[in-house]
Amino acid sequence: MALVEIRDVYKTFTRGAERIDVFTGLTLDVEQGSFTALMGPSGSGKSTLLNLIAGLDRPTSGTVRVNGAEVSAMTPAQLATWRSEHVGFVFQSFNLLPVLTAFQNVELPLLLTRLSKRERDERIRIALGVVGLDDRMDHYPRQLSGGQEQRVAIARAIVADPTLVLLDEPTGQLDAKSSQEVLTLLARLNDEFGKTILIVTHDPAASGRARRQLHLEKGTFVEQGSLVP
Amino acid sequence: MKFWSLLRANLGRHKRRTFLTIASVALALFLFASLRSVITTIGMAAQFGSARRLVTTNATGFVLPLPVSYANRLETVPGVEKVTWANWFGGRYGDGKRFFATFAVDAKSYLDIYPEMSVPADQKEAFLQDKGGALIGVRLVNLFGWKVGQNVTLQGTIFPGDWTFTIRGVYTPTDPAINDDALMFHYDYLDERAGRPGNAGWYILEIDKPDNAAQIAKTIDDQFRSSSAPTKTGTEQAFNASFATMWGNIGLLMNTIGLAVVFAILLVTANAMMMSARERTRELAVLKTIGYSDRLLFGLVLAEAGLITITGAVLGLGAAKLLYRATNFNAAGFLPGFDVSWGTMATGGVIALVLMLASGIVPAMQAARLPVVTALRSVE
Repeated sequence: MALVEIRDVYKTFTRGAERIDVFTGLTLDVEQGSFTALMGPSGSGKSTLLNLIAGLDRPTSGTVRVNGAEVSAMTPAQLATWRSEHVGFVFQSFNLLPVLTAFQNVELPLLLTRLSKRERDERIRIALGVVGLDDRMDHYPRQLSGGQEQRVAIARAIVADPTLVLLDEPTGQLDAKSSQEVLTLLARLNDEFGKTILIVTHDPAASGRARRQLHLEKGTFVEQGSLVP
Repeated sequence: MKFWSLLRANLGRHKRRTFLTIASVALALFLFASLRSVITTIGMAAQFGSARRLVTTNATGFVLPLPVSYANRLETVPGVEKVTWANWFGGRYGDGKRFFATFAVDAKSYLDIYPEMSVPADQKEAFLQDKGGALIGVRLVNLFGWKVGQNVTLQGTIFPGDWTFTIRGVYTPTDPAINDDALMFHYDYLDERAGRPGNAGWYILEIDKPDNAAQIAKTIDDQFRSSSAPTKTGTEQAFNASFATMWGNIGLLMNTIGLAVVFAILLVTANAMMMSARERTRELAVLKTIGYSDRLLFGLVLAEAGLITITGAVLGLGAAKLLYRATNFNAAGFLPGFDVSWGTMATGGVIALVLMLASGIVPAMQAARLPVVTALRSVE
């Protein structure tokens, strides 16, 4: 059974009198432990698909299941709890809280758990160690480079040990060197830690690191490739 | 408590704004506590008075005198056990900037009738023995550094000229409603220098039973009804309350000003909270993406409003309580026993809670209802 099962999903937005059909019967499976790149032009529905999987948005019809749970049928409160336990989300613009240190930013998802202070501290140190920033714990976002900020964001996404890590253009604001560092880190998370990763990107270098590429155009997959069967 | 670092960091985001908002709340509650304390102190003064004491004044108005010869006749009224009298002197000390009450009293009977004025026995005796002596409230000692045995000269305003007294004793009120910054001297001294007019400002009578007060008052007023100076007799409480009613409209005004100040600060605080939440739309959306529920965000934003208003309340109300106590404030003798009561503190606390809810509920609801996808899209 796939980790993510999207079945016959329709998604329609209305902007004033205009009706925009983003998806008309989209179906997709994402396997556990996979590293999938979702590509396509702007407006093709990549981010909308990511939002549907994360439970940030609801399909107009159809079902979205993650790890057997029907995300599309959950209440807002159930979704919040579910997201905190199963989803790590990384944004293009990092979205760290500027008033918190790297350590405190990574702690945010753990504040929703029942872990003790000591257990939280241990997990944060491990997560920041994995992304190679254990020496920057007390730095504020403004004291970090873009690449370092994105690595902190990745540490925040993985610290609660989620089922699924979703990334929306994670290298979009990074230079080539920082992009490579982040992509290497993602590959490591997938290889060493078995994290299921779904990345939305325009960046060929990023999609090249993925084991599977999906091309979305006008809400439909036009091409699917897999480097590893 | 695990969200404390998040709350603290958010409040520290714009330190100056947070400080000014807290200061606004503190100032508003300080003013509220001060204005309300004026009203409660006046109310307390109105309730002061022994149920066994009556006050007899001139029926035309208490500023007009009564003959001192009434004392003997008052003593004979059934139920009256002690009689004393006092005159408003209206003395001024130095440049007169610091007002304090000055009375000429029939010393022995006055101190007999007011056991709430505690005077050391030797000083009391010295005062009674010296016709030019004065008894002063303990506050005047602190205020002017006066000492027992020192000569003090006042300028008479009603009775012109320089009046020199030797301080013979210091009284300490055992009831906070009694003024502790008055100066009293002998009626004989005043009467003698004024040319023996034989006037008493008002009489204070001690009666046998409080239940007889109405009957005794009626008897007295009936007795002097046809005289050249008819009397008006009532309980000491009623006498004090008549002063309080003169403050009636001022009390209403103070209440209104106090509430207007609090309302103005409510708008300031609510604006600051809404501004703070609006600036963090993206961060709130990120927290929702991480898994923070609508309810939790509602609570966190409300808690920020709570921290601001409660800190402001603690500072404002605490400062009012401590400041007035530490300075022994009594509005130059007009508000003896002035204090911010615990009742006022509790009311201030309730206002702070209302302030917290009123200023925090709108931004908290906005945070809870924030559509996360729209919020992220608008800032990505």
